[in-house]
Amino acid sequence: MNAQHLSPVPAADQAVGPRTPEEARVWKLLEDVTDPEIPVLTVADLGVLREVRVEAEAVEVVITPTYSGCPAMDTIESDIRVRLEAAGYAEVEVTTVLAPAWTTDWLSEAGRAKLAAFGIAPPAEASGSKRALFGADPVVACPHCGARDTECVSQFGSTACKAHYRCRACLEPFDYFKCI
Amino acid sequence: MTDIAKDQLFEYLLRLGDSSLILGQRLSEWCGHGPELEEDIALINIALDLIGQARSLLTYAGEVEGRGRDEDGLAFLRDGTDYRNLLLVEQPNQDFAYTIARQFLFDAFHLEQQRALMGSRDETLAAIAGKSVKEVTYHLRHSSEWLVRLGDGTPLSHGKMQTALDDLWMYSGEMFEMDALEAALAEAGVAPDRAALRPAWEARVAAVIEEATLQRPDDGWMQSGGLRGRHSEHLGHILAEMQHLQRAHPGAQW
Repeated sequence: MNAQHLSPVPAADQAVGPRTPEEARVWKLLEDVTDPEIPVLTVADLGVLREVRVEAEAVEVVITPTYSGCPAMDTIESDIRVRLEAAGYAEVEVTTVLAPAWTTDWLSEAGRAKLAAFGIAPPAEASGSKRALFGADPVVACPHCGARDTECVSQFGSTACKAHYRCRACLEPFDYFKCI
Repeated sequence: MTDIAKDQLFEYLLRLGDSSLILGQRLSEWCGHGPELEEDIALINIALDLIGQARSLLTYAGEVEGRGRDEDGLAFLRDGTDYRNLLLVEQPNQDFAYTIARQFLFDAFHLEQQRALMGSRDETLAAIAGKSVKEVTYHLRHSSEWLVRLGDGTPLSHGKMQTALDDLWMYSGEMFEMDALEAALAEAGVAPDRAALRPAWEARVAAVIEEATLQRPDDGWMQSGGLRGRHSEHLGHILAEMQHLQRAHPGAQW
C-alpha cells in the first residue's frame, strides 16, 4: 500500500480547470489517463482530476478518490506520472485530497454519454438525495435496450462505484454507476 | 474549546481506524463463501470501503504520532493489546445472521458517528468522515434490508436472526461509552460525545427491528474493554492471519 497524502480542504467544489497554457497542456496530456476499471472514462471525465499546477518542468497533479477504498487510485497515480514523465516533465508530484468528498455529480456530460455507450447506466439523480437510505431506487434506463422497466439486484456491483441491475424487458444484466 | 495533545488525538484515531480495519478484515473472510454470488460481492465491497477508511485514519494517525509509522506499520506490526477497536467488530462471522446482526448494530452507530465527525474541528478527520458517510449510508441500507428479510422470513431465519441479535447485544453498549480521553476531545470539538449519538441509534435500531418482526433484546450486562486494548480471544486469531506475511517477511512488498 502506498501512503496517501492528506491535505486540508480546498475551497471550491468544482475542479480547478486549466488557468494557463502550461496547465492546459498538462490537462490535454492527461486525457490519455483513464480509469483502469472503466477505461472509456478519463480522470477528468470522472472528476477525479481536481487541479494541475505547473512551475517550469515541475508539475503537481491533484486527484481525489471516488471511494475511500478505491483500488484504482495507485494505478491512476502511476499512470499520471508515467504520462507526464514521457512528455518531458522532470518532476511530477501527485497529491491525493479527500475533501471535498467526490460525488457522482462531478461526472462530466461527456463522461455520462461514454458510460452509457460502454453499457454502464450513468447515475440517475443528484447525490444530494437522501433516498439511498431505505430509499426508493431511482428509475434507471437499461443501457442495452433503453427500457425503463429495470430492477436493482444488488447495491454492490463489480466495483465499489457500481450497483448490479437487471432489465426486465431485454432480460440483460447491467452495471449502474450508483449515486454518492 | 481547548487544545488537545497529540497523543490524545493519536489514541482516538486508532479507536476509529482499528474498528474499521478489523471489521473489514472480518468481512473479508466471507470472500468466496457468501450465501450467494451477489452477497459475496456486497460483503467484500463493504470490507473494501472499511479498509479504505482505515487506511486514511491510520495514515493520519501515523502522521500525528510523528514517529515514522505509516498505515502498514500500524496495521501489521502492533500486538493485540495495542489495538483499540470495539469488541463488537472482532466477534466471529459465525453464520450469515450473526454477520448481519453485527454489521447492522455497527452500521447504525457508524453512520451517526461519521455524520457527527463531519463537523469536527480537525479538518482531516472531517474530510475522512465526509467520504465515509456516503459509503456507510449504503452499508446501513444493506444490513437493514437483510435484517428485515431474515427476521420477517421463515420461522428458521427468524429464529436465527433473533438468536444472533440476542447474543451480540452485549457488545452494543461499548459503542456509547465515554471516558476521560473522549470527554477531552468532545470538549475540544474534535470528537462527538458518544452518549449523544445514542438516541438516533436507538430510534433507527428499534424501527428496523420492529419492521423485521424481531424483539429488541433487553439491556443487560455490557461487555467493555476494546477501546482500552482489552480484547476477546478472537482478536489474536484475526491478527495472526492478517499480520502473518509482514511478521514473517518484514517490509515485504509486491
